[in-house]
Amino acid sequence: MNGFLVVLRKELLEGTREWRALATTLLVAPLLGPFLFVGITAFTMHQAIDDVAAAIEIPAIGAGRAPNLVAHLRQSLIDVDAEAFADQGDHTARHEALREAVRRGEVEVGIVVAEDFAEALAAGQAARVWVVADSSSNRARPEANRVRGALGSWSAVMGGIRLQLRGIHPTVGAPLAVLRDDVSTPSRRAYLLLGIVGYFVLFAVLIGGSQIAVDITAGERERGSLEPLLAMPIMRETLVLAKVLATLVVMTASLAITVTSFAVAVQFLPLGELGMTANFGVVVAVQMFLLVFPFATLAAALMVAAASLTRSFREAQTYTSIAMIAPTLPVVFAALRPLQDSVPLMLVPALSQHLLLSDVLRAEALDPLHIVTSVASTAAVAAVLVWLTVRRFRSEKLIL
Amino acid sequence: MIEVTGLSKRFGDVQAIEGVSFVAPKGRITCLLGPNGAGKSTTLRILATVLQADQGEVQIDGVDARKEPLEARRRIGVLPHGSSVYGNMTARENIAYYAALQGLTGAAAEARIDRVIGELYLEQIADRRARGFSQGQHIRVSLARCMVHDPSILILDEPTNGLDVLTTRALRHVILERRDAGCCVLFSSHVMQEVAALCDQIVIISGGHVAVTGTAHDIRIATGKDDLEDAFLAAVELEDSD
Repeated sequence: MNGFLVVLRKELLEGTREWRALATTLLVAPLLGPFLFVGITAFTMHQAIDDVAAAIEIPAIGAGRAPNLVAHLRQSLIDVDAEAFADQGDHTARHEALREAVRRGEVEVGIVVAEDFAEALAAGQAARVWVVADSSSNRARPEANRVRGALGSWSAVMGGIRLQLRGIHPTVGAPLAVLRDDVSTPSRRAYLLLGIVGYFVLFAVLIGGSQIAVDITAGERERGSLEPLLAMPIMRETLVLAKVLATLVVMTASLAITVTSFAVAVQFLPLGELGMTANFGVVVAVQMFLLVFPFATLAAALMVAAASLTRSFREAQTYTSIAMIAPTLPVVFAALRPLQDSVPLMLVPALSQHLLLSDVLRAEALDPLHIVTSVASTAAVAAVLVWLTVRRFRSEKLIL
Repeated sequence: MIEVTGLSKRFGDVQAIEGVSFVAPKGRITCLLGPNGAGKSTTLRILATVLQADQGEVQIDGVDARKEPLEARRRIGVLPHGSSVYGNMTARENIAYYAALQGLTGAAAEARIDRVIGELYLEQIADRRARGFSQGQHIRVSLARCMVHDPSILILDEPTNGLDVLTTRALRHVILERRDAGCCVLFSSHVMQEVAALCDQIVIISGGHVAVTGTAHDIRIATGKDDLEDAFLAAVELEDSD
């Protein structure tokens, strides 16, 4: 058996002997991560779906002055509590009590009908209604928007009636008809939620192999098993390649688990109810695996390179945590400022995989040139990292 | 046989060894004796091809260690100072790994592995994970794995450090047996009794130079001291006063 296989087999054997550590790295992030993500997303989605459908009740001060408006709100499943803060005294005091309750977060949203509401309405003027809400509260915002929407539509209907009473066609008052023409596809809409999948997959690959990379380089050095190994008749490049490949095997397993786990977990998202379709079946999972695999080679080379610069586990863990975050930084920038696929961007490893994954998830066609560029640049960076590690292994500094 | 000629090595500002020359013939036990920091480990690491000398030449059974390191490594078995085995693997697996790295396969490998396990009295612990081994058990496994390919040269850096009496005895036994089998054994130590009991030839290193070479008897005569310890101190002082 040649030296390469001997070292590879031994590193993997030893890696599986550390089964607790291996199980932690392979099961926690890659397997449970996607389910955690889906669980949280599904929870918020269900909430959004429920929020739209559910009836709510809001305090409404002076609601007795606007029975017509209250009836309209009720049709929009917004019930009003006309008696709220009745014990606070006059109208102004009740308004103030409502504001205080909203400020304290006891009430999400409430309305106040002006004292001159009926008179203003009868006189054909603008009748005033306050929507009391805290715009800094995430919880209150959807409810406040719902109330404003309902009030706005009542206002539009009343405006139309006023114009008609004066013999004017309602469209005169609405010179612009703003229509909705949504060109998005269900898959593209779903991507708004699934955009993080690409980032997560890249991260899972990096995390998956960091443990073994440290073990077989800095760990071997710290334990004192490296020096006798270097006196074995095996070329340093063979040694490095076997160690990188051992890391790659674990990273590939991590990648496969993550993608599979996502493909299964996403089926539990109630995307259909929001007019979305996840483009995430078996074919997409395989495509994702193949597109990210070149990144795994780079990640393996990077982890081994980073870990072999160090003398101890502790030092190596610092280096590898930097190596874990650094490659994903371009992806974070891309998330802040959406980028269009282009050949120059495909030259950036991690970013190119992220963009290609996005295309796959949005069910868009992949440009073969982009794929080739991504694979070639990623492989080139991986080769440079392997070369640097070989140099490091040839250097005496490794054992001094 | 090991032939060392004019070996020099510098680490930054420190001249670790300078002009070290000696011959360790086959069928003899040669000991590098010297105080801590004298350059023993540096010399042995260069012989083991894990360090490169700045100057000088090392011939391992006629093979130039610098030009053909892989060839040289097939001929030597190395036990570096403070080295350890893989804790997650059994003693047998540790030995088998080195056998495979030395190119041994199949039945021949199995036979050699069984043989060194026997030679180092490892039968009882052969299939146990090395994690819980004592210092002595560690050294025995380390020694077994560096001998598994039946090298003609053994290079052992302070092998008896921290060993109990029984393990030291076992080690001595193996070293003598190897010598009688025609091996060239080179080891370093700073323990005088051990050197006196084992060595056919002593190379005293001090301050990176070879101070004296010869048998224990030669050295006593050269330094004019009857006791080897006194002779050693005299040799070291002689060197330092240069």
